[in-house]
Parts: sequence; C-alpha cells; structure tokens
Amino acid sequence: MTAFTQQAAELTPAGLDWLAEFNQRGRERWKVTPFPTRKTENWKYTSLQALADGSYLRWPQASGAELSEQVDAIQGLDACALIFVNGVFSESLSCNKLPDSVEVVRFSQADESQQQAILSKLGTIADSEKHLFAALNDSWLQEGVYLHVAKNAQVKTPIYIHHITTPEAQSFAVNQRLLVHLETSAEATVVEHFSSTDEAQNCFTNAVTELQLDANARLTHYHLHLEEENTLHIGGVHVNLDRDATLNSFMVSLGANLQRTDVVVYHRGEGAHCGLNGIYMPNHKHTVDFHTCIEHAVPNCTTHEVFRGIIGDHGKAVFNGRIHIHEDAQKTVADLSNKNLLTSHNAEVDTKPELEIYADDVKCSHGATIAQLEEKALYYLQSRGVDRERAEIMLSFGFINELLEQLAHIPVRDYLTPLVSELFEKKFDRARAAA
Amino acid sequence: MLSVKELRASVGDKEILKGLSLEVKAGEVHAIMGPNGSGKSTLGHVLAGRENYQAIGGSVEFDGKNLLDMDTEERAREGLFLAFQYPVEIPGVSNMEFLKTAVDAVRAHRGQEAIDSVQFMKLAREKCKAVNLDDQFLKRGVNEGFSGGEKKRNELMQMMLLEPKLCIMDETDSGLDIDALQVVAEGVNAMRNEDRAIVLVTHYQRLLDFIKPDFVHVLSGGRIIKSGDHSLALELEEKGYGWITKEVA
Repeated sequence: MTAFTQQAAELTPAGLDWLAEFNQRGRERWKVTPFPTRKTENWKYTSLQALADGSYLRWPQASGAELSEQVDAIQGLDACALIFVNGVFSESLSCNKLPDSVEVVRFSQADESQQQAILSKLGTIADSEKHLFAALNDSWLQEGVYLHVAKNAQVKTPIYIHHITTPEAQSFAVNQRLLVHLETSAEATVVEHFSSTDEAQNCFTNAVTELQLDANARLTHYHLHLEEENTLHIGGVHVNLDRDATLNSFMVSLGANLQRTDVVVYHRGEGAHCGLNGIYMPNHKHTVDFHTCIEHAVPNCTTHEVFRGIIGDHGKAVFNGRIHIHEDAQKTVADLSNKNLLTSHNAEVDTKPELEIYADDVKCSHGATIAQLEEKALYYLQSRGVDRERAEIMLSFGFINELLEQLAHIPVRDYLTPLVSELFEKKFDRARAAA
Repeated sequence: MLSVKELRASVGDKEILKGLSLEVKAGEVHAIMGPNGSGKSTLGHVLAGRENYQAIGGSVEFDGKNLLDMDTEERAREGLFLAFQYPVEIPGVSNMEFLKTAVDAVRAHRGQEAIDSVQFMKLAREKCKAVNLDDQFLKRGVNEGFSGGEKKRNELMQMMLLEPKLCIMDETDSGLDIDALQVVAEGVNAMRNEDRAIVLVTHYQRLLDFIKPDFVHVLSGGRIIKSGDHSLALELEEKGYGWITKEVA
C-alpha cells in the first residue's frame, strides 16, 4: 500500500450514519486496490504524482461561504440552482421552482424514504471495483445531491449544480457526488459546473456522477470543468441506459494541473441512444485526460461520440475512447471521432480510439486525427487581409465552436462561447507580445 | 496599376508561368482566357500570395510597389482581391465574424477605425441583398454547406465590402446558371469605376456577354500568347483555342 493510499484511507468524513456502511465498503475497496503507476494501462499517460505529492488530504476549513453575489454562474438559464462552496452547500440560492414530480435533495437532508431510495441506487452505476477513485469517493462520501424525477414528468427547468472551490492557506480535498434517477419516460436537464474563484486555488476534487435513466427517459447533461490552473480534479460520469432511453451529454475541460474524467455509459436496454460530445483545451502545463467507455450490451442501440481538443504550450491531452460491442448487441450503430489540434511544438496528445466488436451485424466507425491548422483555410483568411496570427485564432476557435454551436441550451452556449474565445484571445495577446 | 513583367512561377517543383506579361490600368476590365492547365488559376494565386506558389523570375508591381515582397494579408490590405474559384469552407467561424474581421483589417491599414457592429450588420445585409443572398448566410459558418453558386456570390459580397482597387476573379462564372451569372455580372458591373481595375479569369466567353471587357488575353503554356479586344473572345468561342496555339507556334 502506498503512503497516499494509507493516508487517504485515514481521512474519514464527518459522516452520515446511514452512509457509514457504504463508506466502509468504499474504504475497504480503496485499500485493496493498487495505486496506479505508469504501468497501469488506464493511467499510462497521466501521472498521479502531483496528487501524491500535494498533501491534499485534509477537509477544507471554510464552511459554505455566502458567495452568491460574486458567483460566476450561467446567466439566463432560469434553473433550479444548488451551489456548493468547497463541498458545503450554500443556502443563499434556493431551489423552489420545481414541480412536485421532482425531488432534489441533499444527502444530509434526506428523509428516511429518500435515504432508502439513495442507498438502493448509490454505487450501482459507478463500478468502484473498476474505478479506484469512485471507491475513494464512496469512502469519503458525506454530502451529495439526489435528483429523482417521477414517471412521465417533464422537467423544463434545468437542475444546475455548481461546485465552487475557493482558496485556502493549505491544499485540501473535496468530495462530490451526484445521483440522478429518471423514471420511465421522465425528462430532465442537468448542468454540472465546476469552477474555482481564484488562480491560487489549490485543491483535489473527487467527483462522481451516477445517472440512471429508466425506459424511454431523456436526459440532457452538461459537465463543465472550468476550474483554475492549480486544481486537480479526478471524476467519473457513470450512466445506465434502459430501453429507449436517451442521453445527450456535453463535456468541457478547459485544462488545469490535472483533469481526469472517466465516462462509462452502459446500454442495458434496446433502442437506447447515447450522444456524447466534448471539448478540451489544455495549455500552459495542463493535463486533461478523458477515458470514455461505451458498453453496448444489447441490440439496436446507438452511440454518437465526438471529442475535439486544442493543445497548446506545454499542455497535454489524453483521450481514450472505447466502444465495446458485446456479442448480443446486433444492429448497433456507433461512431466515435476524436480530432486534435496542436498549436505548439511542445504540446502533446495521446489519443486512442478502441473499438471492440463481438457482434457481426453492426455499423461502427471510429477515427482519431492530430493535425495542424489547414493551410488552405489560413490562406483564404489572409487573402482577405486577416493577419496570420488572427487567422490561426479564428480557425482554432472555429474548430471548437462547431461543437458549441450544437448545444441545445442557448444560455449554456452563450456562457461557454466567450470563455473559450477568451482563451484564444489570451493566446493571441501572448503571440503579439512575443512578436 | 498592375504591371506584370516576364513573370515566371512554379507550384512545388513545377514551373507553370513561363514569362507572363500583363499591364492593367485603373478603370480597365481585362479578361484572361485559356484552356485548362494553361496557368490561369496559378496566376491568381501567385498574385494573391499563396504559399508554395513561388515567383521565380520577372517582376510584379502593384501601384508602384513590389507586390512579390508583400505578405498575403498585406496584398489584400493594399487593395488586391482574389475571388476564389473554390472558396474555402470554414465551419465554426461565422461568415459575419469573418467579414467584419477582414473589413476591420483593411480599414486599419487605411488608417480608419474599426467599423461599429450595428453599422456593419446593416452594411452586410445590404450587400447580401445586392448579391441575392439571404442574410441568414451571415450567421452560418464561412461557406459551410453553401451551394456552388452561393459560394461565388459570397465571394462577390466580400469584394463589395472590402472595396479593393484590383479585383481578380478566378472563374467566378464557372458552374453558375444564367440567373446567378447575371447577379454576379450586375455586381461586378456596379463595381466598375475609373479607379478600380478588374481581371476576369474565365474559361467561357458567356460571362463576357454580361461584363464587357476592354481587353481579352489568351493564356497558354504559362504565357499570354495573344491579346485583343472583345472580338477575340467571340472568335475563341467560335473556333476554340486550337487555331491560336497553332498560329503562335
């Protein structure tokens, strides 16, 4: 057992009695799972050294600061918002727009029947045997959000869960959990937003999201990693899709010290659809790592997955996209595309699409490309008077913006577009300054 | 305005232009015709400054300045415009943003301030109307999913917005139906004035029924082998290029 494994196991949550057993199971699993090294296949390209070195193993001191005034939230979403500051719920923004068919409850506030409902689902979607940090999340779990939408209910109001981390004198760890259960034919939108208030912010976030979509349910899901430079974030999004369920998920990682996301989508019922798109833009010395795994266990399901990244400076991106089509999963239609642009000679991308097919009647495609900007397009812009640097910025932005343009929620798009564009502008200013 | 003398140019290792000379004065409209592979498009790209289109001999003066010394964008800012035969699709970059960035770059070069967004929107809509393009095209990605004709009209709209001194139109008429051709021709004719020169590079005489050139040149084997007035175009239409290449040989 490594020192980190040992110390992390010793860090225990203040705890809820009804979760104690669950915590304990997680702790046992965490302790017996070897800590990844560069030889561990799933962690081959991403080092956890920063985590082991960072003395993150303490809970934050601050209670839920009332930050509402300065919070950089998504405007115009007209959402039911839950805001957590350093893992602690902030009362200042209430959530009272929802119809009775929807329950949004924090674990610490759950009544007995809700506790039962939570326990019956918790950990059944995220497999902590395969996902080490999900085991750690189990063991540390003391607060989370449970969203439950009743059969046939259509929730127009997006559920907006915003996790903010603020600077403290010492590094610390934050444990976050979201459990969503949509019953048959229910519809909802969930926005998960992770941000930090300050560049100096220095914490390790371990976030696990579990999404259960019963038959014919539809979920639009956003997972936005917009934290500052120095943060470490390891998280997972785990999804079960029952018959005819539809998930559309969009993920963003703007880059930080370490941002690792494991996405696992399990097609368990026929006719389910998974649309999974994402963008990432590490620069400076950032590392962004997406490991996606789509399990087609049954026939007639579809997956459409597109990830695009721009890697600059000394940034590094890892993309591992696996689609696993089981023997019985006939008539599967699945495609996966991963395109990367490198804008610096020191940037690195390790991309690996993996298609494993055991059924014989399927339609699948996958591809990964790593490219520089298209010369022809640069020339076209320059021939209209646009200088080379500006043309490069415009094309890079366009490459990412193609995916942003497809977002169903305009306020989310309007929030992300300037953020992304600003990143490119900063690069432009740096290029100018260097020239 | 444009003085090309004994220009030799290569694309990659291949020499395409082999001593081409051309004089274009302000206010004139020139048509350059020629068979496929004669070097028509190469001429446009060498003048516009495309990478890998290398001038290896001769000279090009634009308004008294050495054009070949300038970067691609500088040529555009100085007032040279090439309407592409195959305009490039740039998904994710809105046509509007592209146009405004280009107009502002040219304005900055002329010492003018960036144009106000609202005012520009109005102007762009006007130009859309002039080339018979729905203004929804302004919101779409640059040339993204545009039909051939829409792309050509988008080129013309850019030309109208940038108000260049010298317009080089590379087969802007190719693939257009007669209605679209008329729209393009009207647009070009509206831009004709005594300060501006227009060079039409074309394969078909048809365009010249709508835009009357002052001079017609035949480009073959990388050189201008014959020049004349509009009647030369008609003769080419009737007899093809064969007789002329023979005559010169």
